[in-house]
Amino acid sequence: MSKFRNKEKGELPAISTASLPDIVFMLLFFFMVATVMRDSSLMIENQLPSADQVEKLKKDRTIFIYAGKPSSQYKQFGVEPRIQFNDAFITVEDVQSSVYQGISEMNEELQSKVVVGLKIDKNTNAGLVSDIKQELRKANALKVMYIANTKTEKL
Amino acid sequence: MAKRAAPEVNAGSMADIAFLLLIFFLVTTTIEKDKGLLRSLPPIDDTEVEPPIIRQKNLFTVNINRNNQLLVEEEEIPISQLRQATIDFLDNGGGTNQAGESCDYCKGKRLEESSDHPDKAIISMKHDRETTYEKYMDVQNELVAAYNFLREREASRLYKKYYPDAEKVFTAMLEEKEKNQFSKDEVLNERIETIKKLFPMKLSEAEPDKK
Repeated sequence: MSKFRNKEKGELPAISTASLPDIVFMLLFFFMVATVMRDSSLMIENQLPSADQVEKLKKDRTIFIYAGKPSSQYKQFGVEPRIQFNDAFITVEDVQSSVYQGISEMNEELQSKVVVGLKIDKNTNAGLVSDIKQELRKANALKVMYIANTKTEKL
Repeated sequence: MAKRAAPEVNAGSMADIAFLLLIFFLVTTTIEKDKGLLRSLPPIDDTEVEPPIIRQKNLFTVNINRNNQLLVEEEEIPISQLRQATIDFLDNGGGTNQAGESCDYCKGKRLEESSDHPDKAIISMKHDRETTYEKYMDVQNELVAAYNFLREREASRLYKKYYPDAEKVFTAMLEEKEKNQFSKDEVLNERIETIKKLFPMKLSEAEPDKK
């Protein structure tokens, strides 16, 4: 009888760590799913207007242009609304070359279907928007999407 | 009695719990998608062609001034009435189109002084440089809403039988197109084009005056 017991002297066995990888993977997957990739940090205030007749935007063929007042940590750029493309402020004249640059970075088969997403703060003057649109016409990027928050339709 | 060692915990089901949680988060997390109003800009035209003469009755002028006030057809109206005013204008059908056909699907009042045909009806929008973008978007939204309303109406008149459960037939058609974007459905595309042709979006935007 005692032949089978001589190993067991009463100490606790080590806790199994076999499930640790599972937990780690679970966390990893969760963060992978929940994280929104953002390739440029906004230097402007960006409160989008709202609209209810919205369509979905296809991200793969879109170039984003932002505009609005410089936000509080970028006060040195003044209070006049500015245009932002990628990570820098640009002037109206630079819009055209920025769009060309954006198109050239895109997938080749989507280049002809380019959509310019305009993320413009709702307190911006519409004059700036029409300046941007004029430049887009010069750059021959004629499809624009005025990006807006979805408003529930009022009855 | 001799002290017994605790038996080892079976960790085999841990993976199942992990996957369960993983699937739960996968299902419940939505990735934010940008939405907005899609519009096409007119290409720059350098050719000096005399622009066609558009009769005043076929032109629906929408003006926004620097104080965000709305002037429609020389009359100040609140934005809540803009959608109906636009629908009335587009749907009027008082005359004939280029080909001499009268608008047999229009349900408007067929007034002499309003638009002839949806083909000819043009909305001309103009804003001041100091109009806020928010107001501009509100107006754009209402104008697009007017077109969507009329297209929806025609879609349910023509194709309701194919989408008996859909509340908004045109939206259902566009969604189906989106779903089958890798397998082109010619019939569906043709139907969408038909609807768009019944009420072609003719929205022209004038450049604001430079100061």
